[in-house]
Amino acid sequence: MNDLAEIISRNADSIRKQWMAEMSGSVQRTDLMSKTELDEQCRAILESIIEGVKTSGPTNVSGPGWDTARQLLQEISASRARQGFSPTEVATFVLSLKQALFSAIRTAHTTAKNQDQLFDTVWAATELVDRLALITTEAFTATREELIVRQQQELLELSTPVVKLWDGILALPIIGTLDSSRTQVVMENLLQTVVATNSKYAIIDITGVPTVDTLVAQHLLKTITAARLMGAECIISGVRPQIAQTIVHLGINLEDVITKAKLSDAFALALQRSGRAVVRQGPERASGISSLLVKKEE
Amino acid sequence: MNVLKRDEQPLKSSSDVVAARQKVRQWSTELRFSLVDQTKLITAASELARNALDHGKGGAMTIELISNHGKSGLRLIFEDQGPGIPDIEQALKDGFTTGSGMGLGLGGSKRLVNEFSIESEVGKGTKVTIIRWK
Repeated sequence: MNDLAEIISRNADSIRKQWMAEMSGSVQRTDLMSKTELDEQCRAILESIIEGVKTSGPTNVSGPGWDTARQLLQEISASRARQGFSPTEVATFVLSLKQALFSAIRTAHTTAKNQDQLFDTVWAATELVDRLALITTEAFTATREELIVRQQQELLELSTPVVKLWDGILALPIIGTLDSSRTQVVMENLLQTVVATNSKYAIIDITGVPTVDTLVAQHLLKTITAARLMGAECIISGVRPQIAQTIVHLGINLEDVITKAKLSDAFALALQRSGRAVVRQGPERASGISSLLVKKEE
Repeated sequence: MNVLKRDEQPLKSSSDVVAARQKVRQWSTELRFSLVDQTKLITAASELARNALDHGKGGAMTIELISNHGKSGLRLIFEDQGPGIPDIEQALKDGFTTGSGMGLGLGGSKRLVNEFSIESEVGKGTKVTIIRWK
């Protein structure tokens, strides 16, 4: 079996050259990676492959002799995933080694008459390359998944802002689905801001929640109860007609909660309850943006 | 009753419940359901999909576009291979729950649709079929 190791180590230079040539024809991305960098990577991989084939045999890629090769490939495909290579490009990077290996084997066997041995070597080579390609694909996917999970978490943090509308009045616009993990973040943010700003009123706006089912309602009620324990009163706003009908049919009891159709209504109520009122002081004046708008209309 | 179109959505995780809701939303928009009818059907689908996931340990939703004497509608079938429901009448009662929910999902979704049927066998699984006509 070590026929393959011998062939690779003897022809390492020509294999690498052909490998590079193969890649430049199909997947080389000069916009993402320089040629010398690629050449360096190919050299390192080939060296680690020779080491692996020599110590652990060509097919046992999970063996200890392949540690360096595996690690190298995982690093390379992870960095390529981040750089923006496509999965095909990353897999073809390894797969294009096949042609180079085959032609090296062919040259080595021109004189030999032993067909069995030739086929054994070819089979070992193709199995080896396939397994290495699988390693890169797996590493590529793992990196992408990490990226997705991180973005999900970032989205969770970003998408639940608590804004201060007035002294003592907070607003919490919820956009998207209110699942358990989201509720946890929403609740934590709200309660912390209630304490930090010493607020007495919190308006939870559900205009951006597409579906209010029993789970969402339960999560809302839990948040409201928790806020109440902290001494803040909650008002739900953004109840659309279709949501109102659905809640009635579902039989969810929201009678203990103040609900409003619009955020402005809820804000007005919170102002009123805290002993404030918004009054017009005089006739509407055309100033700033509104005067510009008038000009445009003319 | 003719089935004009059919699609399936597995229910294995909570993101599948979101996908199921989106599928129902898309189909009911295509069928030009009114906004209220859309919301009702989507909410019912959300409840039943979550039931299949939480109580039935995962399953699948089949969505069908059906027509009957010139009337068209959407039929949703939720199937799971979970423990089944021993007492369906009790399960449909408002406020009854074996989990930590509000106990309104099953009875509530029955009120949100035009036709509702439930078959369940203890140890085998549960199948809930709902239809909302246009």
